[in-house]
Amino acid sequence: MLLEVKDLRVRYGNIEALHGISFHVEEGEIVTLIGANGAGKTTTLMTISRQIPYVAELGGRVVGGSIMYQGEDLLHYKPHEVVSKFGISQVPEGRRIFGNLSVLENLMLATYSRKDKAQIQKDLRRVFEIFPRLEERKNQRGETLSGGEQQMLAVGRALMTRGRLMLLDEPSMGLAPVLVRDIFKTLAEINAQGTTILLVEQNANMALKLAHRGYVLETGNIVLEGTSEELANNPEVKKAYLGG
Amino acid sequence: MGLDIFLQHFLNALQWGSFYALIALGYTMVYGVLLLINFAHGDIFMVGAYIGFFIATFLLGIGGNSFAIPSWLILTLTILGSMVLTSGVGLTIERVAYRPLRERGANRLYVVITALMIGLFLEYLNLSLLGAADRGFPELIQTDVYTVGGVSFTNVKLIVIGLSVIVMVALEVFLRRTKIGMAMRAISYDKVAVPLMGVPMNAIIAATFVIGSSLAALAGIMYGSAYHVLSFDMGILIGWKAFIAAVVGGIGEVRGAMVGGFLLGFIEIFVVALGQVPGFEWLSSTYRDLVAFTVLLVILTVKPTGLFGVARRQKV
Repeated sequence: MLLEVKDLRVRYGNIEALHGISFHVEEGEIVTLIGANGAGKTTTLMTISRQIPYVAELGGRVVGGSIMYQGEDLLHYKPHEVVSKFGISQVPEGRRIFGNLSVLENLMLATYSRKDKAQIQKDLRRVFEIFPRLEERKNQRGETLSGGEQQMLAVGRALMTRGRLMLLDEPSMGLAPVLVRDIFKTLAEINAQGTTILLVEQNANMALKLAHRGYVLETGNIVLEGTSEELANNPEVKKAYLGG
Repeated sequence: MGLDIFLQHFLNALQWGSFYALIALGYTMVYGVLLLINFAHGDIFMVGAYIGFFIATFLLGIGGNSFAIPSWLILTLTILGSMVLTSGVGLTIERVAYRPLRERGANRLYVVITALMIGLFLEYLNLSLLGAADRGFPELIQTDVYTVGGVSFTNVKLIVIGLSVIVMVALEVFLRRTKIGMAMRAISYDKVAVPLMGVPMNAIIAATFVIGSSLAALAGIMYGSAYHVLSFDMGILIGWKAFIAAVVGGIGEVRGAMVGGFLLGFIEIFVVALGQVPGFEWLSSTYRDLVAFTVLLVILTVKPTGLFGVARRQKV
């Protein structure tokens, strides 16, 4: 088991956002967490990345549970160590690329803790192969990119950290359907090349097509789990998340 | 005003603006990284000047007694020593005062108030340890006066201006070319995403305080070398003005701090200079700050984000 979240409880002030959720991700898998707005999906990813509680702007705190990764509890580590020591990258909600940095600088900043110069150059070439648009625009400021290009940059940045596990938060948000298909195709390729993926999505339809397994998150509880096929054929999931 | 007199004032303005610009850089960099207005920063300038004073006095003392130390070496050691020790003071303040508040998620207002209190603490620590009497900053290098075509200037003035320019160019290169510099710029745009890149936030914040404090120390020593008078409250007014210069330039923007600092220096020097021109005698030097702040107010009214500041928008 690569990642095992156990009885995780997170609060914002007096409100408990996660009521003790448990799930796991195996090496090489694509696992999806689906659920409506406010179900706790982003909170889950932010807690794995240790942004909660370290980023004060987010305001949450962990009150119970564990996040085991390669035999260690991530809850004992700082946010940057989750990336540099454990290789868990995140493509955050709303992409959050650095608009005042060039595309190339965005990608290079993601290699902050890496020392393997030759491999960094190889990875940069790989990102430019996957997203040729980024190479065309490598000297442009991030904020001049379109929404789709910014999403490519956010994924490229996560690849540059050379993580084994990539967390993605709503990569489809705000993108045209054709762009969403492209991004998801790319994610399948990245997974085939060896990166494990934990994908959070409101677009359950796309997410279940891509993922091997999934969990349904509802107001801070995991209410269903199964293979993507099982979930896609589950009448309740169909009714609540697949529009029929 | 003849060209020679104009050039004379131009050099004065460059020197005076250098102090503001160097201090403004510390304000703007800390703001860029923490969104904190570090009101103790003017007093860091004072601390830097005093530490420089003690190092210089010590070196001159042992130099005069036993063996001669060349003056350029004393100057270099004074500057470097004060930059290092003042950085230590800045780092300590960040570590014991600001970081604990930040990690507990305290409202930014409390951190700013803490910064104000730290500033007062430094002033009155100085007052109680060293007394109210001003200190005379020793002459570190023999002041030579050159006159070229009616314009006279001292070697100290040239060194002040030259060093400031070199330091600012170096800072700009650092911010553009190194990963730490990139991280500093990235934080000013989006704090939440930076740790996701594997960047240790506290290390970047510490680096910011080191740079800001050492620039203030440099300004303090240059100020001491140019005007020779140190007092416990020397950082208050110059600190406030440098802060305003940083805001006018666009707080958080490094180039803005440089431009804002020099702009304020130029306005102040030239208001006084204009008062000596026939027909403008009414413009006495007491008008200096009034005119300067009026100009800055107008700039902020027209462009509230400052000269280099941009209103950020998020693409969806």
